[in-house]
Amino acid sequence: MTTTVKAPAADERLLHRSLARRLMGRPELGSVVGAVAVFLFFAITAEPFLRVSSLSTVLYASSTIGIMAVPVALLMIGGEFDLSAGVMVISSALISSMFSYQMTANTWVGVGVSLLVTLAFGALNGVLLTRTKLPSFIITLGTFFMLTGLNLGFTKLIDGTVSTKSIADMEGFDSARTVFASHLTLGSADIQITIVWWLALVAVATWILLRTRVGNWIFAVGGNADAARAVGVPVTKTKIGLYMGVAFAAWISGQHLLFSYDAIQSGDGVGNEFLYIIAAAVGGCLMTGGFGSAIGAAVGAFIFGMTSKGIVYAQWNPDWYKFFLGAMLLLATLLNAWVRKRAEDKS
Amino acid sequence: MSVALAAVLCAGLAGCSATGGKRAEEARTAQTAGGKAAVNTPKWTFAMVTHSGDGDTFWDIVQNGAKQAAVKDNINFLYGHDEEGQRQSQLVQSYIDQKVDGLIVSLAKPSAMKDVVEKAEKAGIPVITVNSGAAQSKAFGALTHIGQDETVAGEAVGDELNKRGRKKALCVLHEQGNVGHEQRCDGAKKTFKGDLQKLYVDGTNMPDVQSSIESKLQADPSIDAVVTLGAPFAATAVKAKEQAASKAEIDTFDLNAQVATGLKNGSLGFAVDQQPYLQGYEAVDLLWLYKYNSDVLGGGKPVLTGPQVITKKDAAALQDFTQRGTR
Repeated sequence: MTTTVKAPAADERLLHRSLARRLMGRPELGSVVGAVAVFLFFAITAEPFLRVSSLSTVLYASSTIGIMAVPVALLMIGGEFDLSAGVMVISSALISSMFSYQMTANTWVGVGVSLLVTLAFGALNGVLLTRTKLPSFIITLGTFFMLTGLNLGFTKLIDGTVSTKSIADMEGFDSARTVFASHLTLGSADIQITIVWWLALVAVATWILLRTRVGNWIFAVGGNADAARAVGVPVTKTKIGLYMGVAFAAWISGQHLLFSYDAIQSGDGVGNEFLYIIAAAVGGCLMTGGFGSAIGAAVGAFIFGMTSKGIVYAQWNPDWYKFFLGAMLLLATLLNAWVRKRAEDKS
Repeated sequence: MSVALAAVLCAGLAGCSATGGKRAEEARTAQTAGGKAAVNTPKWTFAMVTHSGDGDTFWDIVQNGAKQAAVKDNINFLYGHDEEGQRQSQLVQSYIDQKVDGLIVSLAKPSAMKDVVEKAEKAGIPVITVNSGAAQSKAFGALTHIGQDETVAGEAVGDELNKRGRKKALCVLHEQGNVGHEQRCDGAKKTFKGDLQKLYVDGTNMPDVQSSIESKLQADPSIDAVVTLGAPFAATAVKAKEQAASKAEIDTFDLNAQVATGLKNGSLGFAVDQQPYLQGYEAVDLLWLYKYNSDVLGGGKPVLTGPQVITKKDAAALQDFTQRGTR
């Protein structure tokens, strides 16, 4: 028996870790386990859940939350919240609808104007936040109420009623519907275009987070903004950019709503901001910032989509719907936290 | 003037639509009732306080009716709303403090409104209840109740479904815990000879409404009728049905422009309207009649504004009225 010679202690940052170890360290690991658990649960308890058509419905439900959960997750990694995200989606839809209608313009003009205005709302959130140094909770709570009021006030003022008028007979509607609200048939699966938008956003966000300098900035400002600033990270720009990212996704979601349902109700969207935050949190983003991933947020949205529709497929008594939903989400998140804790202990 | 401005702006942006939009609407020139008082009674102030949420299309039509009656009756009309019972009663209290000449309230949460309605009576302010609260209206001391009996409306739906030979229906509730919604579904269940199931959806989140109905139709392909409880959800149910490749007929409570179009093109079976315009219009008009002539309508029984079953043959005539926001 020979004595093992211990290798000189290498710099731990340069250590090559095995693939399993690296997977264990990923923020989305826990949520993936949670998603698998929820999937298996409904696959067993709800007979129609495994049909292809059902899965496309679940994916659609997940994607409408998931599109927003991606930038909201980035924002949370960057250490901030956005409570105005839910109504901003409606604002964005209202702007394109009303602009097109009132100007009798091609609907694409409205869509473009809406993009600019929505991005401006996002920038406003960011600028207010970085200028005033107030917590994002307060700033976006303020803009949440303001947007809610503007949605209603402007719609009533301009259209005379609380929902927008139909723009379905206007030029450009059909092509815009193709981009924002069509669905493709792949074999027996019916794929809503929002799923494509969703996956694209996840891919772009993941690339930004893991492969670019901006990604490092986001983790840095979320981890410790002062330290980040001290080492030269443009904290202000990063945060404004993150809010504009949320606005961009709100624009996509808003256009989907508009071209999918043709008329928009000005009071909608309130409360949806929590769904996005829930998806990001279930997907492993820390509420305190500095940790999380876009893939995790997507998995979180998928867990939410599976749970909310799985209960319907299982045909449980609808009176208990919200209770089941809450209980399932809690269990999925607990499993998520447990798996992550074990993974961290091992690595 | 505004047309010209819009045209200029539009040309400047080089992206006009030759179809639809504001210009098409102006070309239609919807004729709405004129805006002059028809009586010379003193300018009384009436306030309406409802349990409507922000941006509710239904209550918007109620308001339109009330406003038009107010113009005719030379009334200064005030409106407030809050979906939460306690805050709704606080609003009523603030109008009592302002010593208005008449009050119109909805009693969706009767227990929260009881005290304040009685206070109004004590302060000598006549109260008329609208929409919900038919059972409590008289006990609380209101003059009369104007609205649709939700159970009766539900029963009308059940009958109509029978007439259409439906076997298994889905009742889609977009507000969990709304008493009136439960009554509608229960009423339908009572008269419907087939099987009726309930489905709760999140009414402020359209994609959720759509995917939930979709999942239900996929889970149970034998469902051959879907009844939504609000007009905006009917079009969404049609989409869900298409996605789920279901044969179910979509029917709905309440009416709007989209529903009228849907009835006309056959994507919807029928709509049960409670005529919200009448609820607002009659409430103001009856308050005026009471102030002017001590008239009371209904003899202690609710005055019903519905249900009116609307099908394909009525749709064309109603389409214009839905577009101008009075039906």
